[in-house]
Amino acid sequence: MTQTAPSNGSGEAVLLALDGVSVHYGAVVALDDVSLGIRKGEVVAVMGPNGAGKSTVLKAIMGLAPVVAGEVYWRQQRLAAATHEIVKEGIAFVPQGRRVFTHLTIEENLELGCLYLGDHEEKARRLNSVMELFPILHEKRRDMASAMSGGQQQMLALGRGLMADPDLLLLDEPTLGLAPIVVGEVFQKVREISDRLNTTIILVEHNIRGALEIVDRAYVLDRGRIAHDGTPESIRESNILTDVFLGRVRREDNEGGS
Amino acid sequence: MELWANLIVLTWAVAFMLWQGVGFAITLGTVFAIWAILAVSLNLVVGFTGLLSIGHIGFFGIGAYAMAFLTSDASYEQLRTEAIPTLGWPFFAALPVSVVLAGVTALLVGIVFNRFRDDIFVLVSFGFAIIAFSVFLNLRSVTRGAFGIHEIERPAIGGWVLDGEVEFLVFALICLALVVLVCWLIVTSSFGRVLTAIREDEEAIAVFGYQVTHYKLAVWVISAMMAGLAGGLFGSWTTFIDPNSFILLESMLLVCIVILGGLATIWGSLLGAMAFVLLDEGMRFLPFIPSEFVGQARQIVLGILLVLLMLFRPQGLVGRYRL
Repeated sequence: MTQTAPSNGSGEAVLLALDGVSVHYGAVVALDDVSLGIRKGEVVAVMGPNGAGKSTVLKAIMGLAPVVAGEVYWRQQRLAAATHEIVKEGIAFVPQGRRVFTHLTIEENLELGCLYLGDHEEKARRLNSVMELFPILHEKRRDMASAMSGGQQQMLALGRGLMADPDLLLLDEPTLGLAPIVVGEVFQKVREISDRLNTTIILVEHNIRGALEIVDRAYVLDRGRIAHDGTPESIRESNILTDVFLGRVRREDNEGGS
Repeated sequence: MELWANLIVLTWAVAFMLWQGVGFAITLGTVFAIWAILAVSLNLVVGFTGLLSIGHIGFFGIGAYAMAFLTSDASYEQLRTEAIPTLGWPFFAALPVSVVLAGVTALLVGIVFNRFRDDIFVLVSFGFAIIAFSVFLNLRSVTRGAFGIHEIERPAIGGWVLDGEVEFLVFALICLALVVLVCWLIVTSSFGRVLTAIREDEEAIAVFGYQVTHYKLAVWVISAMMAGLAGGLFGSWTTFIDPNSFILLESMLLVCIVILGGLATIWGSLLGAMAFVLLDEGMRFLPFIPSEFVGQARQIVLGILLVLLMLFRPQGLVGRYRL
């Protein structure tokens, strides 16, 4: 078993890489020999129809999915930490459905993002930094999270992820169930996080049009395999999304990857 | 509602004391202190962490039997079958053992129980209560089985023995105050916030860097140690224990007290314990209930009260959360 990540050939440092990762849930193959690489500072989308394995990519990175083959590499080293240790490696996960703790205040929710830190000054610094990025959280810091709207709760979930001061932020469907006007705000905020904090982001999204507006690159998944990867322009110009969503991609067509 | 709940229970308590006199009020206060320690400690697990345990009585029993085994006067026991050794420990040496033994048992049991959640956790905690009762009944070289253990030591400081009811009440209330203080420190700390998060969404909190099993195990052990303390007090106060004090029904009543008062509220557990003790003891004085049916009537009234609560006030008297 190799301990270092395979080169992506581009010469740029790959922050995170999946090398031939397969995930099986019993007889169901969720990911099948998926390889991808994310460079530092990139915002990368993972897209595809329902059941394509988008969220499973993030779960495989976080150690939440049963990886039966392949490896995940973080900073060129095999990532073998337990789920609760991964955030300390510099990877934060914002799970689907926001999952804020409604019986805690907004400030308490944010603090949970880095409560394990012993350094109180560092915690306060991070809290200020997040509240500067999300003024609404500062305004309502003493309110219970249950009193927030869906969009505000999503901002809280993003802020809580950033409290870990991550190098890589994994976002699982951050616009799910939000009103169209709020969806735009969330995408804008994701881009702002990348621009202001230089945080690398993997964005799993079903809202293709909005996601392609803000990402640098995207992977298109189809039935657990990568059907295409490229820039937003290349994806818009190709018919790959239409083919994938309409089930026109045949397995033998994508044996060669993109 | 919360103000009314407080007023009703507290007025009831004062009226009861005036009606029955100071002597009975002192007994009632001691029973309240012991149940309140149990309720507050169980609320740490059930209310604040979201683990519905119905095995808490097992730790209470371990505390009581540790106190009884270490301090009981064997000269009395030797007259009977199933003699146990005379150790003759003083109360204040045995009480820490009651606490630690309950904690160590909880640690061993908790390592296994940590694998379970939700309804499965309820079932395994039920299993623990059954096993604990069975051990109390059958490990006769330690517990004297159904004979029970007599002449359990009362607390003594130097030559001053706390054998008066008032002295014991004050001591029990001091223990209750300590337990309340520790619980308050826990639930208002960052550790308590993680417990709240575990109750709300155990899977989500794990991805933020918390090893959920460690937190659950820690609160389980702390809670059991408090139950062990209550057990030690109970054994010493009654000076006699047998397995009938630690049956599953008592554990269920304890869960009822926690739900009655309200989940995740320390004050609620105190109020719930007070309401329970008043109801429990008060029913003895109802003229239309024959004395031989008081025990059964108590259970029926508590059962009806719980059904009504679940229908109209599922968060309990002063709670905010539902089970």
